[in-house]
Parts: sequence; C-alpha cells; structure tokens
Amino acid sequence: MTVRYSTMAGIGLFSLMLVNGGLAVHGRREVRQAKPLLARTGALVRDLRLTDLCLFTEASYTRHPGMADLQTPFQDSPLSMEHFPSGSLTGPPPHLSGGLHRRLTVYRHGR
Amino acid sequence: MAANLERQRHIVDFTVASLLRRKGKNGALLAVYTVIVFLLASVIFFTHALKQEAARVLKDGPEIIVQRTLMGRYSPIPRSYADDIREIGGVQSVRPRLWGYYYDGSFLANYTLMVPDEAPPPGEIVLGSGISRLREAFPGDIVGFTGFDGRPQSYRVQGLLPEESQLVAADLILLAESDYRQLSGIPADQATDLVLTVRNRKELATIAEKIVKLHPDTRPIIRSEILRTYDALFSWRSGVVTVLFTIAALAFVIFAWDKATGLSAEERKEIGVLKAVGWESSDVLLLKFWEGLLVSLTAFLLGTALAYLHVFAGTFWLFAPVLKGWSTLYPEFRLTPFIHFGQLEVIFLLTVVPYIVTTIVPSWRVATIDPDMVLR
Amino acid sequence: MIRAQGISKTFNAGRPNEFRALQDVSVELPFGRTTILKGPSGSGKTTLLGIIGCMARPTTGRIYLGEREITSLPERFLTGIRRQTFGFIFQQFNLIKGLTVLENVMIPAYPLGEKHGLLRQRALDTLELFDLGRKAGAKVDWLSGGEAQRVAIARALINDPLVVIADEPTAHLDSRLSTEFMAIMRRLKGEGKTIILASHDPIVYDSDLGDLLIEMRDGRIVRGGERP
Repeated sequence: MTVRYSTMAGIGLFSLMLVNGGLAVHGRREVRQAKPLLARTGALVRDLRLTDLCLFTEASYTRHPGMADLQTPFQDSPLSMEHFPSGSLTGPPPHLSGGLHRRLTVYRHGR
Repeated sequence: MAANLERQRHIVDFTVASLLRRKGKNGALLAVYTVIVFLLASVIFFTHALKQEAARVLKDGPEIIVQRTLMGRYSPIPRSYADDIREIGGVQSVRPRLWGYYYDGSFLANYTLMVPDEAPPPGEIVLGSGISRLREAFPGDIVGFTGFDGRPQSYRVQGLLPEESQLVAADLILLAESDYRQLSGIPADQATDLVLTVRNRKELATIAEKIVKLHPDTRPIIRSEILRTYDALFSWRSGVVTVLFTIAALAFVIFAWDKATGLSAEERKEIGVLKAVGWESSDVLLLKFWEGLLVSLTAFLLGTALAYLHVFAGTFWLFAPVLKGWSTLYPEFRLTPFIHFGQLEVIFLLTVVPYIVTTIVPSWRVATIDPDMVLR
Repeated sequence: MIRAQGISKTFNAGRPNEFRALQDVSVELPFGRTTILKGPSGSGKTTLLGIIGCMARPTTGRIYLGEREITSLPERFLTGIRRQTFGFIFQQFNLIKGLTVLENVMIPAYPLGEKHGLLRQRALDTLELFDLGRKAGAKVDWLSGGEAQRVAIARALINDPLVVIADEPTAHLDSRLSTEFMAIMRRLKGEGKTIILASHDPIVYDSDLGDLLIEMRDGRIVRGGERP
C-alpha cells in the first residue's frame, strides 16, 4: 500500500506545525520560569541604581545610551569615528530628539 | 464535500509529484526561501526579546537622574546641587551617584566602575562576570589598574556579580568610594550625577522643570525616557536594520521575479495537456496555488522554528559577531523567549502570501487558453 | 451522432499571417461507428478533430452532440463534456514527463474527486488491458514508443468516454506497432465506442476498420461518406 503524496505532504506540514507549536509552548514555559531571574536582575538594577543594559561596551554613548547626549559620538574618539554597528543600532535616545528635552534646555543642540 | 476534498488531495498528489521531478532546483528554492525567513525571523525574535527584557529589568531603575553639562557635554555635578534640589516639593530623596569608565589597554576593553550604596571595603572590588571571564580574575585574585595620575592601584577581588545578570552587569566593577576617587581623580565635592526618588510619579515632569530652573546647567533624565531608549533599539530607523531587511526583500523580489517570468514553454505545454485531458482552468489554478502554498508554508514553518532555536538556544550566534562591533567585552545573549505572535503574522503575510501570488498570477493566462495548442 | 455544420476556423484573423484552417466543413459522424479522416498534412484534419473534441471553438459554425448544441456552451460545461465524452490520443502522445505511467493514466480523472482507491484500481485494470500492469510504477520517460502509445490510449480511456479520437496515431510507429494499434481500435469498436481517426497512413485509411471515410484537402471536405 503506497503512501499518497498528499498524505506525505499533510503529515510533513502537520509535523512542522507541531514542532512550531511545541517551541511556542516551550517558550511560554521558559518565560514563566525566567520570571524569578528577571526579578533578581531587576533587584540588582534597583540596588545599584543602574540605567542601561550592558550590550555594547566600546563607547560611552553605546554603553549608556540612556545617559548619552548628542555630542558624545563625535567627541569620544580623536578621530571622531562613530562606532559601527553599535552606534547605528543604539540611535540617539528619543528624549533628545523631541519632547521634554526641548522644553527644558536653554541652548539648542544641533541634530 | 467529500468529492471536493478528494479532488484537492488528487491535485496535491500531482503538485508534489510535479515538484519532485526537479528535486535539485526545487530543493534549492526551498532552501533559499527558508534561509530568508530564518534571517528575518531571527532578527525579529532577537530584537523583540531584548526590548522585552530591557523593559522588565530596567523598570525599577532610578526615577530621575540629574546630569550636569559643561561645554556641551556632561561633566561631574557639584554635590552641593543636591541641597536645593532636595527642597523641591515632591522630591523624596537626592543621592549622588559615583561612576565612570575605565579603559583597560591590556585587554582593549572598557569597564564601568561604580560605587554602590553597599560598597565593598577599601582595597576590595566586586567584578562583573564579563570582566572575570576576560581577565580570568576570580575571587581572591589581585587585579591592577592605573590611576588618573599614572599611579598603579591594585585591588583584591572580593566576589563576582551573578552571571545570570550579565545583561546589566557584565562590565561592572563595584568598589569603595575612597578607592574610586583615588583611581579616577574626581574631587571630593563632586559626583557623576544625582539620583532622585519622587513621591508621586505624575509629578516627574514638573519636578524636572523645577530642577532646570534652579540649575540651568543640568539635564534631568526621567526613567520613562530611559526605557524609551530601549524601545528605539534596533529600530527601523537604524540604518543597519533597514539595510538588512532591504537585502532580504530584494532577495525575495528577485526570487519571485524569477518564478513569475519562469513559465517556460514546457510548463505551458503541460498545462495545455492537463486542459486537453479535462482539467478546467480552476483546477489548473488550484494546482498553482497548492504549489505556492506547499513551498512557502514549509519554508515559513522551518525558517521560524530554526530562528527560534538560533536565537534562544543558540544565543543568536550568527549575528553576534556583527553586534559585538568593536567591543571586546560583551554579554552572551541568553535571552528569555518573549515572542510576539503579531510579528509572526507579519512575516507570514510578507513571505507566504506574495509567494503564492507570484506562483498563481503568471499561470492565469495560460490556464485559461484553449488547449488546442497541444495538438500542434 | 455528432454533427458539424458549416465549420470554419481562421487563425490570426485580420493579421498578415492569417490562416484559414477550415472552410465550411459539414459532417455527420454516427455514434458507435468508426470514422477516418484522410488527407495530407495541412488539410485541416487536426483542427477539425480539435473542434469536434471540444478543445477549440470554431470561428463560425455549430457542433451538435446528439441533440445538444455545444459550440455556445461556457468553458466549464465544455470541459465537463470533453472530460466525460471524449478520449483524445495525441499525435505526440503528450504524456507528462517525470511522472509514472499510473499517474499519467489517472490524471484526467483527478478533478472529478473520485475516491483514490477506486480510481487507482480502475487505472491499473485499464493498464492491464494493454499489458502494461507491470509498468505502472515506471516513469514514462523510459518507455518505448509502443508502450508510450498504449499509455496514451489507456489515459484516453480512463473516464470511459463515448468517443475515442486519435490524431495521426501511427505517425511515430513502425508497421508492427501500427498493426497492433489498429487491433486495439478494433477491440474498442467492438465495445461500442465511437472512433474518429485522422491519418495519412495507408495502414489506417485502407483498413476495414473505418465505416466512414472522409477526405480533406486545404481545409475542405473533398470526398466524404459511407465506405462502399
């Protein structure tokens, strides 16, 4: 009794869907299990009064994008290079390009 | 109803048999398609998970940070500023924060030095897990730095910050205030910035305005702004991400174009034969639909599954070298799998649907012509 | 009977390469009998077969299948009729490469939604009739000329059609296989099928199989009627 191609296709697609479903369930479980870990890290953030994730350590404006100002990328290095690709991935924080900052500063930052 | 199901199954039988005739070409097609979905899904999973983690982990950070600017960039703030800022209505507490960067020439790495509220005793430091890994320094070891005045300073490693928190602490060094001032040269009456706690969160903006009125050379940063910074991470506006997606889109368009213009004479003839032996136009179009669906659905499911494994089990290793950039010290991206299904829907709509369309549309005309051309 | 009335077919009308394949052709083909269309290539035999077999519409004229006028039917109905009523054997066989013999034979029945097991069995039985049962799983690319033709015939018969049409069936066959083909046609005739053959091969048009012999030249009927 040969298996029909349509059956094989159906089984194949169904298995893939099962795998994806399984990964989704696994993901949900991981998220639940990660909650205490995230809470501990959050506590560390609170105790040490941290403001930023440690993703890109090569420049001040990539290490602490939340604290950065607009001039820093061009003053961090004698060659005034922008660090790539981290400098492109961490753009200037939104609060520098509008909103509260504009209202508060006495002098204008270039853009 | 049963007849229609059987009809669909028969057409699928034919579709699969037809695809299997050219195992190499169709296999390559499927592989490329899967890779495109894989890359796109990987980037989407990664950036979403990272942003989720940032939001959750940083939500209890300082409410307001007051920086001082001098000559256009931020510089140490006099501790005396805290006195009148403390008097502003709604402010619960003002404390100085002492931290800064240290460039380690021998390892080409940047560290962030901090003086926490509960600092280690003078002469001892706590290292972040990334530094420990980089310098192979463990509790009990002695670590040396060069001070601002060129004088060497050495400290004993008291302990390490938890590896599980490396996303915020990989490059931190905690040390005592006296040690830090000696190392960095910052005068006793100055701090890096001030941290405020506030009674009522709704008053943050008002308080920030008042701070600037008191000290026009300061720049308050409120917590929501810091969190928004991480929302903007990897955003569409970042050139790198745009380039990546554009390349993927281009690859896909070239793909689809090839399919769309690829209805060869042989394929036309075959459709003619099908029509000649009794298939209707709708049967032929169904055939093309199933062809498109089978390939794209397989690529989609396979690509997203592989992307999930790549990002959450494999720590995004394909892209990690790109992300590291110039840093020598970086966290391992062991992220929690926060998945947003809306994004999967978007990938699906952007990949599966256009592919099916480009499989059906070129066949439309051929499917509807009279089959007598096969007689010639 | 199948009646064709005033059929004309012009290709590329109005353009420089306008070609009149058929001009005012009228024939009557009785059910259960064998009709042979004789004539050189370019005489319009293939075109006429295509029009009778519901694969193309005439430029002018009408076709009647029994009492039913079919020339003005919409495509869906026409396809249905073609599927149920006619089994076409092409000059080039036109088997679908890369697929097996069995798959090729079953293809005309796929859209009908018949139960797979039943269809498969019927296809195997049909192949048995032509001594091809063993080759059911073979890819058609590897068949000999004679085997390929028999598969083409089996495919034409899968839906148990009323009429079998064959266009130049012996064109690619040697004498032995041509005679075999005629023997198969004789068998089908014995089962009551209506057969229409187009050929300029004497083995076909000189045989006693044909009840009607219609001679065509340059798109017109020059001689037609019952064999004496």
